[in-house]
Amino acid sequence: MADIFGDFVEKDKKDKEFLEIGFSPTSIPLQQRWRNNGLSADFLSDYLSSFFPGDDSASAERREEIKSAVSYIANELLENAMKFNYAPSEYPISVGMHLDQDKVRFYVTNSIDPDAVAAFQNLIKRLLAEDANELYMQTLIKNEEDKNSGSRLGYLTMINDYGARLGWKFEPYHDDPKVMKLTTLVQLPI
Amino acid sequence: MEINQDQYQVRYEPDTATVTCSGSFRLTGDGYAAITEILNAAADAKPPTLILDLTKLQFLNSSGINTLCRFAIHLRKHDTTQVTVKGSTAFPWQRKSLVNLQRLLPGLRLEFD
Repeated sequence: MADIFGDFVEKDKKDKEFLEIGFSPTSIPLQQRWRNNGLSADFLSDYLSSFFPGDDSASAERREEIKSAVSYIANELLENAMKFNYAPSEYPISVGMHLDQDKVRFYVTNSIDPDAVAAFQNLIKRLLAEDANELYMQTLIKNEEDKNSGSRLGYLTMINDYGARLGWKFEPYHDDPKVMKLTTLVQLPI
Repeated sequence: MEINQDQYQVRYEPDTATVTCSGSFRLTGDGYAAITEILNAAADAKPPTLILDLTKLQFLNSSGINTLCRFAIHLRKHDTTQVTVKGSTAFPWQRKSLVNLQRLLPGLRLEFD
């Protein structure tokens, strides 16, 4: 049984334009993987920009805007996936970018620690129930007081600064039901 | 004070009270400690005007946004300093995300070239 939160739609077999990249999470140390996140995010954004041709300044501006947003969102999603991936499971991490008429859908899949699921779902519920703008400010003030925590700003910036819609699916892996597979969906309007 | 890495650079010039950031900031949370140190040193010198020049900062991840926001919160203690953040429209993320600095520090000037 899958638990769904937020605005989640499955990948469609009819999707025509998409790109998927897979990673073996334990193959290289986290610091090196961090650099890979940037390379992968920039690759996705460069790749997508070719779908927005045109030499006039309005086309160029739109292309740069989309490129910048894709690079930011893909990088954040990969950083999250690498950080919260459940290392003992050795399931691959993947990022997929699907292009629609009016939006880009990012699907990122990673395993998560079964003990971390409840806390993460509570965070998601807060994100969905509260005003994102207000939560953004509260999080910044809290981060200033608690300097050792993570930024917790990734999802909030996607919603606030990029107008993205987010959804999450939690489901057990068929061959190891103790471990949860998390698919995060971010829909970026373009 | 300055940081010179392949991917990013930070330079603080006390004479002009200017901190210049360039390149791509894609560090992990802990990785921003050295940058925070420079930003806070610039703020704690309490200059009448302080410039944060981001016109060559191509990319900033959410931990980096957190670092700049914490700098803005830190500057609330120094109300004698007028802060100007210089951004560039060449990097679209700046228009989207830098406005949050102004929300944290309402007197902050945000200028785009």
